[in-house]
Amino acid sequence: MAEQRRHFSAADIPGFGLTAMAVFVALYLPIVTLVVYSFNASASVAEWGGLSLDWYRKAAGNAEVLNATANSLIIASLAALFSTTLATLAALGTTRRAPFRGMTAVYAAINQPLMVPEIVTAVALLVVTAALKQATGYTGLGYLVMAHTAFCIPFAYLPIRARLEGMDLSFETAAADLYASDWQVFRHVTLPLLLPGILAGAMLAFVTSLDDVVITEFIKSPGQDTLPTYMLGQLRRAMTPDVNAISSMLMGVTILMLFAFFLLTRKKA
Amino acid sequence: MAGASDILTIRSTRRAWALVTPALIVLALAAIGPLLVVLVYSFLTAGEYGGVEWTFSTDGWFKVLFERDIFDDTLTLADAHLTIFWRSVSLSLVTTVLTFLAGFPTAWFIATRAPQQRAFWLFLITIPFWTNLLVRTFAINQVIRNEGLLNTALLSLGVISQPLQMTYTQGALLIGMVYVYLPLMVLPLYAALERFDPRLLEAGYDLYASRWQVLTRIILPISRPGIVAGSILVFVPCLGAYVTPRILGGGKMMMLGNFIELQFGQGRNWPLGAALSIVLLVIVTLALLVYVRTLSRENRHG
Repeated sequence: MAEQRRHFSAADIPGFGLTAMAVFVALYLPIVTLVVYSFNASASVAEWGGLSLDWYRKAAGNAEVLNATANSLIIASLAALFSTTLATLAALGTTRRAPFRGMTAVYAAINQPLMVPEIVTAVALLVVTAALKQATGYTGLGYLVMAHTAFCIPFAYLPIRARLEGMDLSFETAAADLYASDWQVFRHVTLPLLLPGILAGAMLAFVTSLDDVVITEFIKSPGQDTLPTYMLGQLRRAMTPDVNAISSMLMGVTILMLFAFFLLTRKKA
Repeated sequence: MAGASDILTIRSTRRAWALVTPALIVLALAAIGPLLVVLVYSFLTAGEYGGVEWTFSTDGWFKVLFERDIFDDTLTLADAHLTIFWRSVSLSLVTTVLTFLAGFPTAWFIATRAPQQRAFWLFLITIPFWTNLLVRTFAINQVIRNEGLLNTALLSLGVISQPLQMTYTQGALLIGMVYVYLPLMVLPLYAALERFDPRLLEAGYDLYASRWQVLTRIILPISRPGIVAGSILVFVPCLGAYVTPRILGGGKMMMLGNFIELQFGQGRNWPLGAALSIVLLVIVTLALLVYVRTLSRENRHG
């Protein structure tokens, strides 16, 4: 059917094409400006002082930035690892089977972090972690890892579930027919087939954790700045070209991850 | 086939529960449970230096809308609070409308590209969609602030002689919100338009419909699920926005999110902050219910 569809044109509605172009320009102008000026030798957006890597060098030489980078990477890696593991298990339990009692509630719980405004979750976690920090004396990164794991679960879950739903059952059935144990079927058949979905989920989880500002800002202990919370703290200053450099690097990571995600989830034609 | 699928690894309900339980435990501890704690905190007394004292009080809820005069104990509506509520709701609504007006033609444009080109245009929307909100707010701020790109350009062209003060105004906040949330509108609209059968347009034109009639009678009704989804996706995070108003509004243009934060910081009124969080949560839940109901109605018709 799709081949028979005639290609229809945006010109069908006057002004739509133009508006769309204006939107693309408006979306990219600020981002491109930011990236371009992260290479500006001058500190001002008002003048172009020539190409330079000074702001990257300055950021890389800043102990606070390095500490924030380390925190960001540790938290995002652990949160991606944990949330993807949990989401894989949950996806295996909720797909390719008849609905069980309470399955709707399980869906709601898994997607809950997507529905509650971030500020509310942040406040809720602040209240709980403040009490826990006082009661236990533990102020490590564990709170942040736990919180990030929870809100990354739906992002990891969705691509894994999508992959599972599109998977042919016959390989697993065949393996089971050949007397493979449940574990062998999972290890040698399901898991390899599911792997692209799991990796895609892990990437979304990683990017989601890496980008979080609000929840981290509310529950971090002193010295636990991540890159986004460090940047938020720097924004009070008028000139922040080194933050441009950090922003550009964060964007670079995001775009790389997105490319990988698309390659992993691309449907084979 | 029924016999074959019985051999599946995951079959019993018990095993399904065993598989989802670890995720549910983490969500209960770090997402759902804390919300219940907030509910409890909203009924406690504010501690002098922040935190709470474990005495029951409805003061937090009371202060959401009212304030008590310290001298004669009379009650008045808290104007400052109402201003913030109104700003949050109205800005979110206007942002939703503006993102729709800009986003619909964009989604239409992408959906009408040749299939090979669509992925490219879609990717152009996906990049800002996944780019850090803080980075994007920062990017737009660099364009509109006093010594930013726009003012510099206008000054050098001689259009203005003084930089326009845009940051810390309602207008700047609106520009920022539209900029930041636009991708969230375009993607669901595109998803709805992608399945659009262009023969319906031809049929419309064949029956002498004007372009306007084709737009309002065919295209818009068909994209309704996308419109509803996009509006929810924009409206909900707008209402709870924290980062964008903090950067573009300074302290002057506070929205609900910033007001909540204030109670946990300098305001030192955790119960009020907790009550405000619940209010926000309830508004968002209502919006989501409208969404679910609209969708189920669509499905019944479809």
